[in-house]
Amino acid sequence: MKLDVSDLAFGYPGFPVGQDVSLHLEAGEVLCLLGPNGCGKTTLFKTVMGLLPPRGGRIAIGGRAMESLARPELARLMAYVPQAHAPVFPYSVHDMVLMGRTAHRGLFAAPSKGDHEAALAALEQLEIADLATRDYTRLSGGQRQLVLIARALAQESPFILLDEPTASLDFGNQLMVLEQVRRLAADGKGIVMSTHDPDHAFACGTRALAMKDGRTLANGPVAETLTGEVLSSLYDVPVEILLAGERRICLPAI
Amino acid sequence: MVSGPTVTGRLAFQLWLLAAAVLALAVAAVMTGPYQASLGDLLQAVARYVGLQSAAEGGPGTIDTILFGVRIPRVAAALLTGAALAGAGAVYQGLFRNPLVSPDILGVSAGAGLGAAFGIFFSLPVFAIQGLAFVAGLGTVGLVYLVATMVRSYEPTLVLVLSGVVMGALAGACLSLLKILADPYDQLPAITFWLLGSLAAIRPQDVWGSLPAVLIGLLPILLLRWRMNVMSLGDEEASALGINPRRLRLILVMAATLMTAAVVSIAGVVGWVGLVIPHIARLLVGPDFTRLLPTAMLIGAGYMLLIDMIARNLTTTETPLGVLTAFIGAPVFIWLLASGRRGWS
Repeated sequence: MKLDVSDLAFGYPGFPVGQDVSLHLEAGEVLCLLGPNGCGKTTLFKTVMGLLPPRGGRIAIGGRAMESLARPELARLMAYVPQAHAPVFPYSVHDMVLMGRTAHRGLFAAPSKGDHEAALAALEQLEIADLATRDYTRLSGGQRQLVLIARALAQESPFILLDEPTASLDFGNQLMVLEQVRRLAADGKGIVMSTHDPDHAFACGTRALAMKDGRTLANGPVAETLTGEVLSSLYDVPVEILLAGERRICLPAI
Repeated sequence: MVSGPTVTGRLAFQLWLLAAAVLALAVAAVMTGPYQASLGDLLQAVARYVGLQSAAEGGPGTIDTILFGVRIPRVAAALLTGAALAGAGAVYQGLFRNPLVSPDILGVSAGAGLGAAFGIFFSLPVFAIQGLAFVAGLGTVGLVYLVATMVRSYEPTLVLVLSGVVMGALAGACLSLLKILADPYDQLPAITFWLLGSLAAIRPQDVWGSLPAVLIGLLPILLLRWRMNVMSLGDEEASALGINPRRLRLILVMAATLMTAAVVSIAGVVGWVGLVIPHIARLLVGPDFTRLLPTAMLIGAGYMLLIDMIARNLTTTETPLGVLTAFIGAPVFIWLLASGRRGWS
């Protein structure tokens, strides 16, 4: 299954944010979206998720045009992992993950036994089954992020969008989340992830899209796309790329 | 707050226990009052009513008239009012993602109050006053929704709440005008009394008139009980999880409003119940709406019944319900706030 975004123009009514963005993603790939604050990453995400109508261009999932998909159909094809946040009410971790099953059930249905099992399986896959009975609101940021990823897993969609999954996490939790992202891709999920750290793209990305002022600066496989030159002009700071064995490392010159 | 099929049995047991407690309270409420009836009297009267036992000579006695004409309708109205207000409150709090929201946030009580005051001002019969209250309550929320839809915004819930505040204030102003124009010896006390809520004048037909509207409102809420959880995560996440939040919100707001308007039109404006009871229910069973709704409705029914028993037995004159719910609700609410905001964050 493929996610195809071609020549997309996006923004709000009367307020264009970006244009000429294309991205093509297959199962098993991790596309990292990089760009300075305010470059339009969030707006692009909202458009790709169908929350904002595109101002131009096309979005197709598995060959089907976005406009032709109803909300539940879209949710079965694409899951969204927001930044770890706290909802108003202290749902249990199990209930939070269970909500990922919503698109698989009828309008009036409550979760079935199979849904409970799917939620538990998703928690087990992320090795956080022991959190199931805890209140989501009382977890640490890293744990919350994992729970939201488990919810996306329970949604059983071929594609997952992650909005800065490592934001406001400590160093260890960042690596834990990146490791899970890599595993999901290995299991055949197609992943789009926005991040502020080029090293995260080097750690788990297969493709990268560098965006500035709503336009594509560079797009392609990570190693060829995120060069010192591109990153320097992307963030307006001099950046060098070092090689540590096979692994690339981003070194800002300060 | 474990979820899953394993604990469903325990929850069902808790709900049955709660229902039994409410029922016992209802029986006690029917027996107490200026005219005390024993359990035997009550059973005999019920037997006569359903025709198992022939009535005494000279038609039904005083006790039958009191039980079936006054007490049972009043108890039923109290149960209905409490359950509807608490259920609607739970829906509103989830939809607006705010535990400080009560069912009258969109102006249903303000509108109903204005409608009733209008009816009293023009000396209309009781059923017309109730009908006006019902229609004006629904109409106000409809107007609020219309205004909110016309203001295109990416914060639809905020706009909805703000236009509710505006319309509520407008209805309040119209109400004040009516109060000034009303006859201070006859109409003004009636308006004031109505605005504080009372079940003193409830008749059997009031209960029968209000019940269908409450049930019609309850049906979509029951059917969409699981989706209520998803709605409380906010529009963006709800959409990503496969829900159409705008459409669902419209249905749920209309359903909860219908329930509220139906009971407010017979009981008057009874504040605090829809605000405090869902809180207490959330403390007991957690935020999952599939468990929260039945728990809140049962506790609401029992609470309203208790309040009404106090209202009619505390002093020789009836105490308005709204006064009692405020006196009890305010300190309870402060306690909830002070006890570490459990049940929400």
